[in-house]
Amino acid sequence: MSMVDPVLQGLVDSLNAAYCLCLDDGRLEEWPEFFVDDCLYQVIARENVDNGLPAAVIYCDSKGMLVDRVVALRQANVFPEHFSRHLISRAVLTGIDGDTVSAEASYAVLQTRNDGETRIYNVGKYVDRLLIKDGLAKLVSRMCVYDTHRIATLLATPI
Amino acid sequence: MNAMAPVGAPSLPTAVDYRVYHDTQIFAAEQRNIFKGRTWCYLGLEAEIPNAGDFRATHLGETPVVLVRGQEGKIHAWVNRCAHKGATVCRSLRGNQADGAFVCVYHQWAYDSEGTLVGVPFRRGMKGVGGYEKDFDLASHSLEKLRVESYKGMVFGTFSADIESLDDFLGPVMRKYIDRVFQRPIKVLGYSRQYMAGNWKLYSENSRDSYHGGLLHLFYPTFGIYRQSQDSAGELAEQGFHNVFTFSKPKGDIDYGSFGDEANREMQGSAKLQDERLLQFRPEIEDDVGLHIQSLFPSVVLQQIQNTLATRQIVTHGVDKTELVWTYFGYADDDEETTRHRLRNLNLVGPSGLISMEDGEAVELCQQGTVGAEGKHSFIEMGGDDVRGYYAPLGMDENAVRGFWKGYLNLMGDALAVSAEASA
Repeated sequence: MSMVDPVLQGLVDSLNAAYCLCLDDGRLEEWPEFFVDDCLYQVIARENVDNGLPAAVIYCDSKGMLVDRVVALRQANVFPEHFSRHLISRAVLTGIDGDTVSAEASYAVLQTRNDGETRIYNVGKYVDRLLIKDGLAKLVSRMCVYDTHRIATLLATPI
Repeated sequence: MNAMAPVGAPSLPTAVDYRVYHDTQIFAAEQRNIFKGRTWCYLGLEAEIPNAGDFRATHLGETPVVLVRGQEGKIHAWVNRCAHKGATVCRSLRGNQADGAFVCVYHQWAYDSEGTLVGVPFRRGMKGVGGYEKDFDLASHSLEKLRVESYKGMVFGTFSADIESLDDFLGPVMRKYIDRVFQRPIKVLGYSRQYMAGNWKLYSENSRDSYHGGLLHLFYPTFGIYRQSQDSAGELAEQGFHNVFTFSKPKGDIDYGSFGDEANREMQGSAKLQDERLLQFRPEIEDDVGLHIQSLFPSVVLQQIQNTLATRQIVTHGVDKTELVWTYFGYADDDEETTRHRLRNLNLVGPSGLISMEDGEAVELCQQGTVGAEGKHSFIEMGGDDVRGYYAPLGMDENAVRGFWKGYLNLMGDALAVSAEASA
């Protein structure tokens, strides 16, 4: 069993922690900056992944599409007012290829709406590829594979 | 005007007593008169179960149903309820039952793919003790079987023994538009399931409501891509309860860049898309229709929005619990690049859809706002108080919503009046 590089582990975990806080604090405009320009971000049901089906509820294959989605959420889309809270596991590094790392981590997103009740909203795992450059990790691709295939009302804020 | 309007309610279908979204007796009557009555309900696509033994769990109204392709290739559907104690027999969402046998885990009653009981344990007891009587007839203890018919790969089921054929139920106008989407073989791309805390009829009205399109869904105008010159029209089936909307692009206009030239000032937002590929539309059916939304009563919407193809099955889990099962598909001969384009286009639709996510919120707002509002009513008179077979242009009318209620009341009739009295 190989030793996990603690520096690499720290970079990935730090990225995940900052990413989740960014979303939970509502700083959506900063969210695309966690990705490289030529990125892929998907939110996809586990039932699709398990059955080899590609359809995702969010599929952005450029950073521009991430920015467009944030602008749409801010200016156009109508959805219930809510707060999100991500709880994430420590990342498991699943592969290293040059300056690219593969990693997976579990997440749970709790959501609180105007009625004040906090509900388990979406649970799943991140399947990631990260570019490590200048002591910083950036997402090349993030696939949010969600177990909670019953989406309550709608899924607006990124996972 | 409708003589069968619920007691105390104003005329229908231009107004609806809010009771219909909350009354559990009306919900029960809908299950009897609509979902188990004289309708054909959508159950799934043939393409979801291509091989012998393939099955998929689905619903008809609130009733759990399993769709199976038998060993001989024919499609069957049966209620997922063991004839012994009522347990759910099939416990997976999908799979393949190679031997064609479905066995209840509770007491091991075994059924074939058609739902016929083929075996029970200890049928003769053991050593002369226990077991069933000699005249116990397996076939008369089968799963409840539905009548099943397909049209262009869309599978429908019914509990009604004497309903007209599916072709006649859909009618020529609806069939023409189904033909349009299913012009060539399809392949399933995946699913999403959206659960709304609202009554199923609020969603059925929403999918027939052209009035809200440009007002609730602000993605297009926000990004300066509202196309005033597009043509739109709505057509209804004779009964009023099925309808189709089409929006066609102006001739020759397929570029995002040219949309802005014709937008009116009010609808023209300042935001610009960074990645215009999201809105690329590649015409692939021999017409200029970029949006086709077809609501087939009572339980499915068929859509082509740009290059997204999908069915949205409406599952009624309770008076204020509605599930929308989106089944996304493409054409079987799509190459990888076309599939990728469809996946990119899918950002527009579904529970995260940039032009459709609002529908779930609208349903819930109406459900929440009408709590305790029995005797008060909606107002559905945009564009008139009648139901017309054809309406154009769209956006300034609620013609198809009135058509929904016309068809609904024809089926509910006395049942609605009686249940309203009972709960008064």
